[in-house]
Amino acid sequence: MYNPVLLDMASTLQNYKERFILNFISDDRWKYLVNGFFTTIKIAFFAVIIGIVLGFFVSIVRSTYEMNRNDRSKGKVYKVIMGILNFICRAYLSIIRGTPVVVQLLIIYFVIFQSVSIDKVLVAVIAFGVNSGAYVAEIFRSGIMSIDKGQFEAGRSLGFNYFETMVYIIMPQAFKNVLPALGNELITLLKETSVSGYIALEDLTKGGDIIRSRTYDPFMPLIAVAIIYWVVVVIMTFLVGKLERRLRNSDH
Amino acid sequence: MTTDNNVLIDVKDLEMQFGNHKAVDGISTQIKKGEVVVVIGPSGSGKSTFLRCLNFLEYPTGGHIFYKGIDLINTKVDINKYRQKMGMVFQHFNLFPHMTILKNMIIAPMKLQGKNEKEATELAMSLLEKVGLKDRANSYPSQLSGGQKQRIAIVRALCMKPEVMLFDEPTSALDPEMVGEVLEVMKELVNDNMTMIVVTHEMGFAKEVASRILFIDQGKILEEGTPDEIFNHPKSERLKTFIKKVL
Repeated sequence: MYNPVLLDMASTLQNYKERFILNFISDDRWKYLVNGFFTTIKIAFFAVIIGIVLGFFVSIVRSTYEMNRNDRSKGKVYKVIMGILNFICRAYLSIIRGTPVVVQLLIIYFVIFQSVSIDKVLVAVIAFGVNSGAYVAEIFRSGIMSIDKGQFEAGRSLGFNYFETMVYIIMPQAFKNVLPALGNELITLLKETSVSGYIALEDLTKGGDIIRSRTYDPFMPLIAVAIIYWVVVVIMTFLVGKLERRLRNSDH
Repeated sequence: MTTDNNVLIDVKDLEMQFGNHKAVDGISTQIKKGEVVVVIGPSGSGKSTFLRCLNFLEYPTGGHIFYKGIDLINTKVDINKYRQKMGMVFQHFNLFPHMTILKNMIIAPMKLQGKNEKEATELAMSLLEKVGLKDRANSYPSQLSGGQKQRIAIVRALCMKPEVMLFDEPTSALDPEMVGEVLEVMKELVNDNMTMIVVTHEMGFAKEVASRILFIDQGKILEEGTPDEIFNHPKSERLKTFIKKVL
């Protein structure tokens, strides 16, 4: 009388329910995910701020250097200072983009902050912020370079100095052009923080992994972790898209 | 340096070199207040470069530019201050696409001359009315035609109350039927006694309004004179063939 398929399904469901309880309910294991989630968000949020500020300044130094390289109206001192700044920025870009972020994280934690006791979250924020800054800098620079030279000349001919022209004329246009790339970088950054576990930081990924090691059941916790990342990325994509559309509306 | 108070810009032996090429090769001339100087010459003759040197969009490699007797090249003057006195109109308009027409016009007076929004807007609106574009104040540049854009570019420069206006081929990027409306605005400026230096291929305009015409070839002033002298009594062979080609 009993349908064997239905019976099988019922026992499978029962099985999943038990695994769900084991992985998330027992011993309040869900807290690993929730706490990990907030740690991940905290790291990503502050790293993004550092990344954008750092990227902004590096991109301005780089593009200023490139644009004014042949400008004879500038004095020697100015040129030497700009040359040094540009060299520092290039070295920064080369090192950060030339090495894996995990290695950078490990070096910052185990080498640079070796002898100081410091909050691991702060270490991660610094590591991911400095890392992201390099990518953001190149995104901003490509945005600045994409603006027609005439815009720059129009600003200067009205009497704006270099910096004012950058701030009022170039940057607003450049920012709009690079918003998709910038949004992409933010999403990448969020996902990159998943390697924080390398310095024993309990972020979302590590939280899921801890549950796995307690319950010996990889499926439930890891799929849950993946779903949470995915949902956050979908929300971020939506918000960036919304901002993009709003900026587009302002200039038809 | 200059004793004549009427001289606004005094150019001496101006040189501009790109690599091995001298785009401007020793130009000397004086621009007096209220003068309309039209610069003509074949493409690549250095006339645009000459104009761009005057407000340092190209930094000259040699010579002097005196603005009301002040040497702008070799002294530590703030060139941004002088650029405010020299309005510039470009071939490709260069309006700011992310701002409305009104914002395009008031941003510089507000940020650089300390005007409040009301003052700046009043001036901008009266200028817009003059060129017949008052109803476009809240449009964006991409919604305007080329001729309209260039008229806006002209009044944007005027919002800074410049002492001299520089025009770099202002009609060259326009559809033929739009050239007239821009020249009309420029003629009005002439009537208002604005000092103007105009690089152009519009010979009719040059004939009609120029107080003096400079014919530049290979970075040098080959001939200068009144429209009558230039067009009806050209001396050099080079100018004669040029005029034959363009008229």
